[in-house]
Order: sequence, then structure tokens, then C-alpha cells
Amino acid sequence: MQPDPTPAPAGKTPPSGKTLPEVMLSVRGVKKVYQTDGGDIEAVRNLTFDLRPGELACLVGPSGSGKTTLLKCISGLMAPTAGEVLLDGKRVSGPPKKMAVVFQEYGRSLFPWMRVRENVELPLKNQGVPKAERDTLVDEALEAVGLSHVPRSYPWQLSGGMQQRVAIARAIAYQPEVLLMDEPFAAVDAQTRADLEDLIRVVWKKLGVTVLFVTHDIDESVYLGERVIILSSSPTVVQEDIVIDLPDERDQLNTRALPRFTELRHHVYEQIQLAKKGHRPAAAGSTTA
Amino acid sequence: MKALKTLGYVLALPVLLVLLWWASTLGAVNFFVPTPAALVGKFGEVWFGPRFFTDVLPSIARLLVGVVAAIAIGVVGGVLIGSVKWLRALLEPTLEFFRAIPPPVLVPVLILLMGITDSMKVAVIISGCVWPVLLNTIEGVRAVDGVLSDSAHTYGIDGWARVRYLVLPSASPQIMAGVRQSLSLGLILMVISEMFASSSGLGFTIVQFQRSFAIPEMWSGIVVLGLLGVAMSFIFQWAERHILRWYHGQKEVENAA
Repeated sequence: MQPDPTPAPAGKTPPSGKTLPEVMLSVRGVKKVYQTDGGDIEAVRNLTFDLRPGELACLVGPSGSGKTTLLKCISGLMAPTAGEVLLDGKRVSGPPKKMAVVFQEYGRSLFPWMRVRENVELPLKNQGVPKAERDTLVDEALEAVGLSHVPRSYPWQLSGGMQQRVAIARAIAYQPEVLLMDEPFAAVDAQTRADLEDLIRVVWKKLGVTVLFVTHDIDESVYLGERVIILSSSPTVVQEDIVIDLPDERDQLNTRALPRFTELRHHVYEQIQLAKKGHRPAAAGSTTA
Repeated sequence: MKALKTLGYVLALPVLLVLLWWASTLGAVNFFVPTPAALVGKFGEVWFGPRFFTDVLPSIARLLVGVVAAIAIGVVGGVLIGSVKWLRALLEPTLEFFRAIPPPVLVPVLILLMGITDSMKVAVIISGCVWPVLLNTIEGVRAVDGVLSDSAHTYGIDGWARVRYLVLPSASPQIMAGVRQSLSLGLILMVISEMFASSSGLGFTIVQFQRSFAIPEMWSGIVVLGLLGVAMSFIFQWAERHILRWYHGQKEVENAA
């Protein structure tokens, strides 16, 4: 972890040398209506927000606020009913090459018939990355998540937390520009979760990747993010978009003990409570920080 | 020691059955039931001669070709029908019709169409063996996990790569269940296809022995069929252990949890 005293995310420069666009991921007026036999269900009404390159944003909202729906629209797994998602200025119409997704259900997102190493390697192999380069990327990714010692195991031989590490390693090895995470730690125990949260911060800093982290856990969103986007209850709009002005160097004990952490947590909690009661922001847009 | 124990379990019942048979045919004079000694004598005499090449091997060859072709057709067809929605809607009712036809009734039809040939016999075997594999593959392909499928999709694993790395392995437990059924069906159909009109093969020879009252010879043919079935079952189990190692391992872990 390099020390970075700048609290506001604006001061962050991505490690890669090339010039990056102002906006990496742009969600523009996304609306999703599911057509069912029992009538239409509006899961997402109108969502607009932008992520700058190298930003780590958390998306938090009450349960059933269409978080997963939104993530599926962003990742190109599902087409929005209206609006569009732009990745690096290009409209997303299918899963983009520059994006990797880590799902909540680790047990169902890894291939059980492949060993850990093969799982991490498969997306690269599929893209025709040469063997030598592939090996380096896989080794580095496994090293980064602390799993260098189990390349020959099958995923189901590992604990839940370790399986999710494999999924993260697979995403890292893929070298995405945007990493989407859909409540990745919702199904692991509290201690493992704390380790994995720190892992995400480390990986994010090391790779300079743009991360959108979806969670229902308020503490987690404040601890992890440079920014927290709070969603309203369904039909979903952006309730509030706040900057997390905590020191860049975070620590499970000290950061969580900061008065500012408590304030922010309190604020997000209040907003979520309001959202649950059906309160909606005056303007259906966002107050982008 | 462990291997000896396993062998003991495998052989205990067969040995007991042969002993029972031997005891009950002591001093018996039933023409239709030979003694074990007589049968063993005949067995070597009948099957380890020219018959091995004129009857046993051709039968096994037809069985192998039929079963392998049925598995290939079943898996390829199953992946296609299972993945393409409109194809499934188009084909499924018709498939139910053909599946309901008992393959033995096709023998006379196929004799008329194809003549008394090896291809006819192979066609009979395929017509029966293809169904368990095809229907199981369709189900297996349809049951591919949604999250796994999304994962593959987000990493750009599409088309043929998707079939190879996701669909086939994911459906392999069902496919293997279908193959297991096909193997036993195949043996039955092999014999039936040779009983109707044939000049060689195990089915033909057994019927010949029966009609010429060569009773121990007839029984020995039945023993050959049984042994063939056992051999197929062992080969299948060996193959399954290798192909589905991950599946059994995963199940074990789930059950232990």
C-alpha cells in the first residue's frame, strides 16, 4: 500500500501511464422493467451516475432496490429497458472485454470441474493469450489473493472465503479496466469478510482499476469506498451520492474507530432508513460529488 | 489386503450361486439344466474356437459401433436441442413419438429397407440407445447453472468455447447416466437384431443351439452375454470415475457439510 494522504478521490492518479478519459463508466438514465405474467415490474426507474477511472465506488441500497438488476445492465448481461451504459465512451450491448464481474455466489461462479489454476486461466486461454504470458498473469493473480499454495485444488475443496479469492484472482488475471462486484462477501463469515475487504483495497490500489462494489452492508460501503452511491427503494433512483473523506490508508481497527467513520456510517444509515420508508430525493437525479 | 477384501466381496455371491447350482444338479437328470462341469466344458469348446471370430467378435463390434454412434448422435443432438429454444419447441413432440416406438419392432422394417446387413443391426442398436443419451443430454444442457453461465458470458466464453468448457462438463453427470442406460439397452438390442434374421453373432448362435437341442451350448452362450455385460459395466465405471471425479468429490463435500 503506498501512502496517499490526499483524502478526496480527485487527487488520485491511476498508475498506468496512458491518458485516461474523464469518465470510465457512465450510467445514463437506466431503467429496467421486467415483463411478467402478473404485469410489469419496474425494478429500476432512472439511474444516472458516472465513475471516473480508478475510482472505487460502493453502491448501497435497501434489499430489493434493484442492485443486482443494475449490475446486470452494466455488465451487459441484460439490456436496459431505457437509457444506456457507456464504458470508456462506448455503449455496452454485451459483456465488454474490459470488464470483469465477481458474483456473490462463489460456489456457483467457479467451474467445479476445473482446478483453481485452470479456473483463473480459462478466460485468458479463451482470448488466445500466449501460454507464457498467461502463466505469469495467473501466478501474479494467485499471489495477489494469497492462494499460491493451492493451484491444484478444486474450488469445492476450499472454504467459501478462499473460493471467493479464486473468483477475485480470475477477475484480476483478466486485467479489466472496470471490476464489478455484486455483494461478493455477503455469503462469507465476518472475519473472512474483513480480510477480503482489505484485499479489495490492496488490489484496487495496485491495479488502478475502476471498481463498482455493490453491497447491502452500510459499514462495508463506508469502509471500502471513496464514494458511496445510495439507492432508493424500488423503483430505484439515486437517493444520494456522497464522498467518503476518510484517510486513504484504511485499517479495520483504526478506520472504523474514527469519529468521521461513525458520522458517515450514521448518515448512510439514515438515508437507507429514509429510502426504506419510501422517501425519494426531490429531484430524481443525483447530487454528484 | 484391501484389494483382497474387495475381490472377496466381488466373488462371494457368484461362488455361492455356482455352489448352489452344483448341489442342486447333483444326480439330477433334467436334460434342460446342465451341471456346472458340463457347462464349463462346453463353454471352452464352443467359444474359444473359430466361433470367437465368426460370432463373438462381430457381435461385439456391432455393439461397439452402435453404442458409440448412439452416444455421439445423442450428445451432439442433445446439446443442439438443449441450447436452441425454437429447435426444442419444434422437435420435442416428434421426439416423444419416436421414443415411444419399441426398437425391436423396427427390426422387420429395417430388414426390408436395409437388407440383412451389419448396418441394419447397428441401426437397430442406435435406434434404441440414442434416446437415453439424447434426452439426458437435453436435460443436462438445460440445467446449466445461471450464475455459472453469466460468469462464462462476462468473460467472453461463448460459442464453441462455451460448449467445451461449460455446457459439456456441466451436463456430463446426466450424459453419463444416459450412457449407462444405453449400454444395457445396447446389449439387448444386439441380441435381438441377430435373432430375427442373421447368419452370425451371439443372438443367432444361441437360437441355433436352442433349436438343435444343444442345451449346454445354449446356456454357455447366455453366460457369454452375462460376462459381456459385466465387462461393459466395469469399463463404464472406470470411465465414469475419471470423467466425473469432480462431481463425486463435490457431492461428497456437500454431503459432509
